[in-house]
Amino acid sequence: MTLFQIAEPEASPPAREPKRAIGIDLGTTNSLVATVRNGIPVVLPDEEGRPLVPSIVRYAPDGVEVGYAAMAHQSLDPQNTVVSVKRFMGRGLADLADDRRFPYRFVDAPGMVQIGTRHGVKSPVEVSADILRHLRLRAETQLGGPVEGAVVTVPAYFDDAQRQATKDAAKLAGLPVLRLLNEPTAAAIAYGLDNAAEGVYAVYDLGGGTFDISILRLTRGVFEVLATSGDSALGGDDFDHRVFCWALEAGKLPPLAPSDARLLLVKSREAKEMLTGHQAAPIVARLSTGDDVNLSLTAETFAGISQQLVQKTLQPVRRALRDAKLGVADVKGVVLVGGATRMPRIRRAVAEFFGQPPLINLNPDEVVALGAAIQANALVGNRERGDDWLLLDVIPLSLGLETMGGLAEKIVPRNSTIPVSRAQEFTTYRDGQSAMAIHVVQGERERVADCRSLARFELRGIPPMAAGAARIRVTFQVDADGLLSVSAREQATGIESSVVVKPSYGLTDDEVARMLQDSYAHAAEDMAARAFAEAAVEADQLAEQVRNAVAADGDLLDERERAAIEAALAEVALRRRGDDAGALRASAEALNRASEGFAARRMDRTVSQALAGRSVDTLVGE
Amino acid sequence: MIDFSCNHFELFGLPQRYAIDEGALDSAYRGLQAEVHPDRFGGGSDAERRVAHQSSARVNEAYRTLKDPVERARYLLGLRGVDAMDQRDTKLSLAFLEAQLERRERAASAAESEDVAALDAIVAAIRAEQSARQGELAALLDGTGDPEPARVAVRELKFLAKVAEDVGAMLEAMES
Repeated sequence: MTLFQIAEPEASPPAREPKRAIGIDLGTTNSLVATVRNGIPVVLPDEEGRPLVPSIVRYAPDGVEVGYAAMAHQSLDPQNTVVSVKRFMGRGLADLADDRRFPYRFVDAPGMVQIGTRHGVKSPVEVSADILRHLRLRAETQLGGPVEGAVVTVPAYFDDAQRQATKDAAKLAGLPVLRLLNEPTAAAIAYGLDNAAEGVYAVYDLGGGTFDISILRLTRGVFEVLATSGDSALGGDDFDHRVFCWALEAGKLPPLAPSDARLLLVKSREAKEMLTGHQAAPIVARLSTGDDVNLSLTAETFAGISQQLVQKTLQPVRRALRDAKLGVADVKGVVLVGGATRMPRIRRAVAEFFGQPPLINLNPDEVVALGAAIQANALVGNRERGDDWLLLDVIPLSLGLETMGGLAEKIVPRNSTIPVSRAQEFTTYRDGQSAMAIHVVQGERERVADCRSLARFELRGIPPMAAGAARIRVTFQVDADGLLSVSAREQATGIESSVVVKPSYGLTDDEVARMLQDSYAHAAEDMAARAFAEAAVEADQLAEQVRNAVAADGDLLDERERAAIEAALAEVALRRRGDDAGALRASAEALNRASEGFAARRMDRTVSQALAGRSVDTLVGE
Repeated sequence: MIDFSCNHFELFGLPQRYAIDEGALDSAYRGLQAEVHPDRFGGGSDAERRVAHQSSARVNEAYRTLKDPVERARYLLGLRGVDAMDQRDTKLSLAFLEAQLERRERAASAAESEDVAALDAIVAAIRAEQSARQGELAALLDGTGDPEPARVAVRELKFLAKVAEDVGAMLEAMES
């Protein structure tokens, strides 16, 4: 048996070993992993001291290469070397403006595009998972053990499908994800905590493939996002592409083979980067056809061909300020994030717009990962006293339902602070209608066809009533990751239906589990014992809470429900005496499900006044 | 965990009246979120996190309602048993409706001729009208009189907000 240890009175408690927590910036062009060491956030570099990992994965004949190793082959093996995979996360082939711009063998799949490689067809989720796994292994080597908690950043303007895809990739990479964190918010944390900033700040984040603008108010350790906007398909890549197109035209080049195209794109990027410190940059390359490219790109030409892209970033900036009900004069400082903000063009445009020079006293490549590491450190429980800050973020795009006539009815407007719960009542359209099709959409447009479809589900078993008599309450809940779940309930009969919004192409938990098993060998017994111990703690807590709830609000339960909860509690107790972690978890899950309606009603009992008074609309039936 | 049976004013420890101390509301909001936000329960059980989610969502909802002058008025009427947006009585005065209709037409023709200055002027006029009407609400709601004038003011402000939103959309469309 174990003896309990008792510390001597008055003695300070033994120092707790901090948990291994990491922050990951999964970027379009580069990715990074950071941690907090002795209270200071630091990026974890590779053996050669390089902090960045190029977000490039090559499916080589003899294995998977990630980062610089893959980058070295990108022009030689373009079809099997995936760059900028983040652009494809949660996106279908139809979403890509110009798929011929990429050298890949695209495979159209329902919802999310896939890429054919010599290792078979890969989804963007799997490619991203390869990058994340690489970062996880780097962290584990340097931290000396498994990662106990990770925060992964996403562009603030990512929609639900893109967020879900990112979360799936992290799970697939074996990361215990504590939170998805918006990139500009991560940057604000790193900047704000470091500078003890107060007031309204704008974070202008132009990455490799995405653009975000967030307006935050910093007040005594509270980071409150007031509004966010952006473009999830606009970034440094597009500037490279403009240079590439200019080079094709200026060099009078014929259509290029994939490897030549990639080579010229790389040279275009190098020229763009060189213009940060120079007035002109050469683009020199020898193509496989034997043709030589020998061009010089001047800063002036570059300004001309990129003017439209620069302007395109200012439109979301205006929208975000308008949504925050603020003017340019209210902004105390502008923080630049993302490698693309190194371009002097961008810095000038931002300075002009805000009427003040942007803040550049931090590394635009690293600040997001550092902020993510600080958040991971806090969430995993390594928070120290005095380290008392809080983050209040928002959803970037409105969430709603399809109503009669193909119109979108917004339930949760954009820039609502998360977590958020919002309910609205709908009714039937025809006499005797027994089912209702619920179509969840995201976006700002009036017509459903112009919004992104997130999920469809059905509420069945509505008792026959006259049209307009049924009262169906649809509840939207967005969690602190910005992920949505929706439930519907017929008020008279209590019939319920719900979905956690998973786009049709998202991975189910089973699929993730199976893929994980494929890629890892299990070290059997001690792992099983540990898993059981963890499951036991959770199951005990849950059972305790449910028992307390039943004691306090048992009058909300009907016979059948009470019996179901009792049975689920008994099952947990039974599994608790065994040694099977899976079975114990399953029983706890079942208890969770059995008590969900009860928990919701406990909420309803008190929250209903807050949500009352919504208008009743007609929803399309079938 | 918060007390879910509190109304929004009680939740933030504010007197139940229209004229509120915005600074007190802001700091009470931040103080409550610092206690109940899911980030405070990162290592907690599922159930703990669920409670945190629900508490935090409720605090957000309450803050949003009290922070917005029109929503606050509507909520206060609701606490007094008056549904300002009752679908069975949607009447507004003819003069008010005509004024808004005329305003919308002017906005549409300004949008057509891409006259940003004219649209900006319309937005400014709506804002001025909104803040004037909001100014009346305190007297209407914190006095002891009949709730009907306050109810009408809330309906008209809701309507004005919709007009402002539409004109904003026209401006946005012009930018892109």
